[in-house]
Parts: sequence; structure tokens; C-alpha cells
Amino acid sequence: MHPLSALRVRRDVIECVTDPTTQEAIEAVWRLESTRLIAGLVRMVRDVGLAEDLAQDALVAALAQWPQIGVPDNPGAWLMTIAKRRGVDQFRRRERGDQIYAAIAYAQGSSVSEEDFLVAVDHVEDDVLRLMFVCCHPVLTPEAQCTLTLKLVGGLTTREIARAYLTTEATVAQRVVRAKRTLSEARAAMEEPSESERAQRLSTVLNVIYLLYNEGYSATAGSEWMRPTLCYEAIRLGRILASLAPRESEVYGLAALMELQSSRLAARTSEDGTPILLLDQDRSRWNPVHIAHGLAALERAEGLTAELGPYALQAAIAACHARADTAEATDWVRIADLYERLARVTGSPVVEVNRAVALAMAYGPEAGLTLLDQLEGLPALSGYHLLPSVRGDLLDKLGRRAEAREEFARAATMTQNERERRLLLDRARAPS
Amino acid sequence: MRFMTMVKFDESLPAGPPPAELVQAMGEFAAEGARNGTLVDQGGLLPSAAGAIVSLANGTIKAVDGPFTEAKELVGGYAVLEVRSKAEAVELARRLMQLHKDHWPGWEGSCEVRQFGEPEDPTA
Repeated sequence: MHPLSALRVRRDVIECVTDPTTQEAIEAVWRLESTRLIAGLVRMVRDVGLAEDLAQDALVAALAQWPQIGVPDNPGAWLMTIAKRRGVDQFRRRERGDQIYAAIAYAQGSSVSEEDFLVAVDHVEDDVLRLMFVCCHPVLTPEAQCTLTLKLVGGLTTREIARAYLTTEATVAQRVVRAKRTLSEARAAMEEPSESERAQRLSTVLNVIYLLYNEGYSATAGSEWMRPTLCYEAIRLGRILASLAPRESEVYGLAALMELQSSRLAARTSEDGTPILLLDQDRSRWNPVHIAHGLAALERAEGLTAELGPYALQAAIAACHARADTAEATDWVRIADLYERLARVTGSPVVEVNRAVALAMAYGPEAGLTLLDQLEGLPALSGYHLLPSVRGDLLDKLGRRAEAREEFARAATMTQNERERRLLLDRARAPS
Repeated sequence: MRFMTMVKFDESLPAGPPPAELVQAMGEFAAEGARNGTLVDQGGLLPSAAGAIVSLANGTIKAVDGPFTEAKELVGGYAVLEVRSKAEAVELARRLMQLHKDHWPGWEGSCEVRQFGEPEDPTA
């Protein structure tokens, strides 16, 4: 008996105007199914590259067969059946005969049925989370982690990733091949992270998602948001992660941070593309829906733990701005407190510079300067232009203009950004 | 890109409340939508008897309580989807109709698929 005959085929819906068997419609089905398909296959074959190859084979089969037989009732089960059968075929031909294929043969069992797939679906949360862990494996560079996550978890095509990163398809394809080889050699998909490793891996996944978000968010040319794909994907991945790890405060912390930052998109540049500082932005242009989503996610993060992690703390700081109707109404005392907690959690001197700004806003420029003096000479901040730049700003506010000009000139030599350098030089030359 | 899907049906048809099987299947469908990140928000609406229509016609604003007996098709529920193509949204709407077909014999209606305008996306 044909193993697929058990799956009902929905011929009765074929006569609609939007034909479900066009290449576009089949690819849409693929997008919806590919993540859990690949995730399930990784569990079975324990190799990311092979899992993706088998899933691709299944897509090719769907493109060839669905226009004739119609889209199956349960397309995910159909694709999984084909992928597994291709795996077994390869095993029998012993093209790459090793224990990987033995594993599929075992997973395949004696019959392939819809129930078989439904059993696999029961593991889907674990599978997709494991796939995220594998894609964000520490043997990979952050760039490779991002690319592989977009490809395998996000289901983006090589072409879409290339467009998002403003690079060529060949470059992305090369990156994917290399990453998969690295994972194979490290046998990364074979491991089960222990409970203690799990927290570490989860934090890497969060980092990758936030990296993707920032890649999209910080890319501006003119007044246009250049890489919306990356921001949308990051937010979507954050949502997936929230459904997979619903007890992790930081997952909601990151979701809140991305929502709150997204709320300021329309307000953060002028029409000619000049960045507008947060305190100078027109708050009526902040998106209230994003703010509401962000505040709700933050509340959830706060409800899950007493000790907020770095993403929830950053979101809490962003929330202070979001809650203030005017820049003057900002609760700087609370922001300074949150930065102190963030500095403690991250140990980052850059956070301390931000805390100095908040302290200056809350308690006056001297309070900020006192903290900056303690940071002076820290190796981690030796090339960090914002240290002298903030220092100059605070000195300027205290009327110590000569010292301020010196700091601006020093900052100008340290920044890589041309626009910023000119701004700093202008301030360095400003009359007393 | 974001889409809104709205399930519409003729309230005057004697379909009654949705069967428990459909409610359960819809719950699983929503959970799947959360897992693959496509479902942003959703909600089911009570019969129009619980609602009202506020209209503006000939310069007059008028509020009338439900039920909306004159309307042919009424929105019974909605979902906000985040997907990569219209085809994906159509496929999800198709699956929703399939659930109705499988679990609510005799029910007839439609699922309207509409795209959100997104000013911050230059490709929109």
C-alpha cells in the first residue's frame, strides 16, 4: 500500500480562485511547516545539514506532486513522511552510510503513518528549542549563528537573508555551508545540554535574536528603515521562544525591549535621516500599540522573577521613557537605579557611562562626573568615545567650558562615525 | 507583513453555538500559531445581540443596539497574523475553514484576509 494513501487529500478545495497548488502557495505551506520539519528531522538524524537536505527533498517532491494530487490535509505529515523516506533511501544506497542513516531507519520503524508524525509533533516544542540551541551553538561565530537561525528557524531563503544583510546570495550560501560543517564536526546536534548549560544556551539564543533585531534597527539610510525583515524576524523569533520557554523571564524581557524600541522607529530620525536623540523626539510619534505590548511583556517578565536579567532591565529603562509624556517627566531616579542593577548584572563599564548620564539627570552634573572619574583609565573604555563625549557634556553644563572643549576634541579623535565626529568637533570649537 | 483574518457568517442561519470539537481544534490551531510565531493576536466575538452599531449618515450619528438583523454576514472572530507573504495568510485562513468543515457540519461562512498598512516598511 502506498504509505501516503492514509492521508486524505483535499481535492475539494482546489477550485478556488487562489489556487493552493501554485508554487507560491506551496512555498507558503513550506514556510509554515519547515521549522518543525527540520527540527523533528534534527532530532532523528542528529545532523543539521542532513536534516535540511532531507527537508529540501521533501519540498521538491511537494512542488512536483501537489499540483497533481492537491495539497494534503496534513501537509506537515506529508512532508515529514517524504523526508524520512528519502533518508532511508539514502541509507540503503549507503551513499553516506553511517550511523546517521541507521538512526533514520530506526526512527522510520516499520510503517510511516500520520500517527507517526503526530508523535513527532508532541515533541515539537523540544525540537524547535533544540534547533535554536544548535543554530546558536558556541562553536559558531555570532554571524554564523544569526545566518543559520534565520535560515533554519526563521525559514528564510538564502536570497532573503542576502537582501537583509545587503550581501550576495553566494556569500550567505557559503556561510551556511561552513556553519553546518562546523556543527557536524563538533557533533553539536548530538548533545543534550544539561540543566546548567541550558540557561547559558538560552542566553546565547536571546543574544542572537537581539543581534538580528539591532542589525535591522540600526540600519538606516535617509528616513527609511532599511532592513525591516530582520526586525520582523527577530520579533517573530522572540514570540516563538516565548511559547517554547514560557517560564523564562528574560524571554519576555527581550520581547519587551524589542517592542519598546520599535515604538520609537518613526520618531528617531528627521526627514533628511539625521538621528534625533531620544529626549528630543516627538513623543506623539511613538507607537502606542508597541508600547502597550512592550509594557505587558515587561510586566510578565517581572512576574516571573525577583532578580531581573539584563534584557528585562533594559526594557524597564525603555519603559521609563515610554511612560513619560514629556522628556521633563522622565523618572531619572528610577532609571539611575535600574542602570545600577544592570551594571551589577552585566559588569559592563559601558552601562556605567549610561548610569552616569542618568545620575546627572537625576541629581545634577556633579553626581555624573563623580562616577565618570571612577571609570577614567579603565582599559575596557580606553577607545570608547562616549566617555569623553558625556564628560564634555556634563562639564559644559557646569560652565567648565575649557575642559569641556578638550573632552569633545578627544572624543572626536575616537569615533568612527563621520557625522558624529563633525558634531563633536563643532562643540570642541564652540565659543565660550 | 501583518494580516487580519475575519471569520464571517450569516448569523440568522440556525447553526447554534460552535461544537466543543471545533473549540478544541481552534485552541490547538492557535497554540500552533503561537509556536511558529505567526499568531499575534486573536479573539472570538459574541453574537451581535451583545453589540451595537454607531453610524454616520446624512450628517446624523446614530447608535443602534444589536442584533444586526440587516447585515448578511457578520464577523464572528478575528486573528492578527505576522507572516512573510499573502499566500501564507491565505493558507492559514484555508486551514481555519478546514477546521470548521471538519468539526461543524453544515456551517457556512468565509474568512476575509486583509493586509495591514505598515508605513514604517518601505517595501509595503
